[in-house]
Amino acid sequence: MTETSRISTIEEHPILEYIRRDRLPHIFCSACGIGTVLQSFATALRSLNYDMDNMVIISGIGCTGRASGYFAADSYHTTHGRAIAFATGVKVANPKLKPVVISGDGDLFAIGGNHFIHAARRNVDMLVLCVNNFNYGMTGGQMGPTTPVSAITVTSPDGNIEHPFNLVSVAAASGAVFVARWTALHARRLTKSIEKALQKKGFTFIEVVSPCPTLYDRYNRHGTGLEVMKKYREISVIRNFSDPMQAEIDYRTRIVCGEFVDSEKPEFSDLLEEHGKKLQKGD
Amino acid sequence: MEKPILTGEMFTQGDIAAAEGALAAGCRFFAGYPITPATEIAERMAYRLPRIGGRYIQMEDEIASCTAVVGASYSGLKAMTATSGPGVSLMNETIGLAAMTEAPMVLVNVMRGGPSTGQPTEASQSDIMQAKWGSHGDYEIIALIPSSVQEMFDLTIRAFNLSEQYRVPTFVLADEIIGHMRERLIIPPEDELEIINRKKPTVPPEEYLPFKPETDLVPPMATFGEGYHFYATGLTHDQKGYPVMTDEAQLALVPRLCDKIRKNADKITQAESTETEDAEILLVAYGGEARTAMRAVKDARAEGMKIGLFRPISVWPFPKDQLKDAAANAQQVIVAELNYGQLVGEVERIIRNEVPVHFIPRVCGTPHTPDELMKEIRRRIK
Ligand SMILES: Cc1ncc(C[n+]2csc(CCOP(=O)(O)OP(=O)(O)O)c2C)c(N)n1
Ligand code: SF4
Ligand SMILES: [Mg+2]
Repeated sequence: MTETSRISTIEEHPILEYIRRDRLPHIFCSACGIGTVLQSFATALRSLNYDMDNMVIISGIGCTGRASGYFAADSYHTTHGRAIAFATGVKVANPKLKPVVISGDGDLFAIGGNHFIHAARRNVDMLVLCVNNFNYGMTGGQMGPTTPVSAITVTSPDGNIEHPFNLVSVAAASGAVFVARWTALHARRLTKSIEKALQKKGFTFIEVVSPCPTLYDRYNRHGTGLEVMKKYREISVIRNFSDPMQAEIDYRTRIVCGEFVDSEKPEFSDLLEEHGKKLQKGD
Repeated sequence: MEKPILTGEMFTQGDIAAAEGALAAGCRFFAGYPITPATEIAERMAYRLPRIGGRYIQMEDEIASCTAVVGASYSGLKAMTATSGPGVSLMNETIGLAAMTEAPMVLVNVMRGGPSTGQPTEASQSDIMQAKWGSHGDYEIIALIPSSVQEMFDLTIRAFNLSEQYRVPTFVLADEIIGHMRERLIIPPEDELEIINRKKPTVPPEEYLPFKPETDLVPPMATFGEGYHFYATGLTHDQKGYPVMTDEAQLALVPRLCDKIRKNADKITQAESTETEDAEILLVAYGGEARTAMRAVKDARAEGMKIGLFRPISVWPFPKDQLKDAAANAQQVIVAELNYGQLVGEVERIIRNEVPVHFIPRVCGTPHTPDELMKEIRRRIK
């Protein structure tokens, strides 16, 4: 009796208003980091009371790429790697819109790497939220541009021999005006960084180091999703405004988290508009 | 502010006419990547668009260009890109996405010689099949082929109209001859232009199903920022736009994407028949090559040969019925193309084995001369 009455008084989950309820349950594995990231994103929308008529949520292909389909917002699921190019078209066509790209490490930095660096270089206003699980989750756990040296994946069965990207360093070097890294454990700090990034005008990037207990963390014997989170707690350190080039990301020793870049630079759609206005006046 | 529509007469190039046609049709977004022989379209747009309140952006490659165009189209602007074969090869991924998510967009391909980097500055008509089959899966596009600078203008407007009406990627397939040719262009006053805009939803957001077709098989299109909060995906989707991996969903979607073009083909196809009523020999040619063919027809008529010219203007969908009419009295059909055999296959498919279909190929950067065509015609009909 008491049980039932208690349940009946529980309010609706606070982020549900941002979610397409008719698409639940979602496809993500339990203990996957993607859920945390989406929760943090929705929480940030709520705390900013963000005007959802001005946002477009865009993703590429992958487990993370499915994210755009769960938000009650204008949303578009592009082909693999192209979310940022699509977002650029959106921002330039209608500057009142804020594109948010939520996608995976492979999508954004392998097949989509060129779009990433060029949108950052132009400083096109958008938030890029990258779930870095060190592998291609959707296709069954292959190695990719973030896979650490010697890590086991289905296409590096004897240990990866490639050098990985350090994503925050790529973002900073390409010109992003806001760059942060958190792990899926840092849900609240992640939410704060998302809030900050959403209020900035320019190319903003947040990397979230996330467990993929089904594939990457299983092949590499990292234990359950919970154990991976415990490990994050053990090895992560926060070094705000430290050099992103030096922001170590090594599961055995240290993951450096924090907000590394928060700067100002004229934004691309603003520059285009200004340029157009001058020409229209005949200057 | 400069005028979007430069009503009046000018002496100009095909590429410029395509750019002006796009602006007259209401295009306000261009994303592209430089490539010969289409660069002049980008250059014109880079100059013109900011002056009339539009947006020009040069992207990092053609994949990005085409994808940005789809993003802009979904954000409510009429949007285009222009490129040549190598660029289309990169854009094919996004052409499939545009077909699947029913994004209106126009792509001008000023064709040069291929394969690969081929002959950048030379004329060719070898991307006819690429336009139709370039991306994977079953889908339909529309492709129009201009034969003059005036048609570059007129057909670019029509390409926008069709693309908006049917929510389908539409090609203007120009050969380098027409792209770089200079002749007179007449731009009519705004009120004489027929401009078609995409259908908008008439229901409130709660009732809106973004992929629910009307009787013409085309769904009304909301765009980002209008409060509809819809989702679109390149995955197979239901009328809500949600991914569904069932046979039923694929069956409800893919045939419709094709049929909205196939079943409306009578409203889309366009062709021109010259002296075909009594023609015993039917010449088929299009684009720049059709101009040479027209001269050959005149010369042959002067010699008393009963010859006519059929010029497909829409190549996709192909004007089947118009070809059948034009070939009604023909004893032979001769197809001349600036390639090694592309549209001739379509002509054979329609003519079947009723009369012989000959082919005059040309795989080098210049068109046939009328004399060469005449020589070939005489040889084939012997
Ligand atoms: C052009 C193309 N190549 C390959 C694929 C197959 N594919 C789907 S998802 C994916 C990788 C996704 O990895 P990531 O972006 O890291 O996302 P995750 O699944 O790990 O979240 C690949 C290679 C595809 N869909 N399209
Ligand atoms: S496969 Fe990995 S990334 Fe994909 S949903 Fe499962 S845990 Fe998450
Ligand atoms: Mg991944």
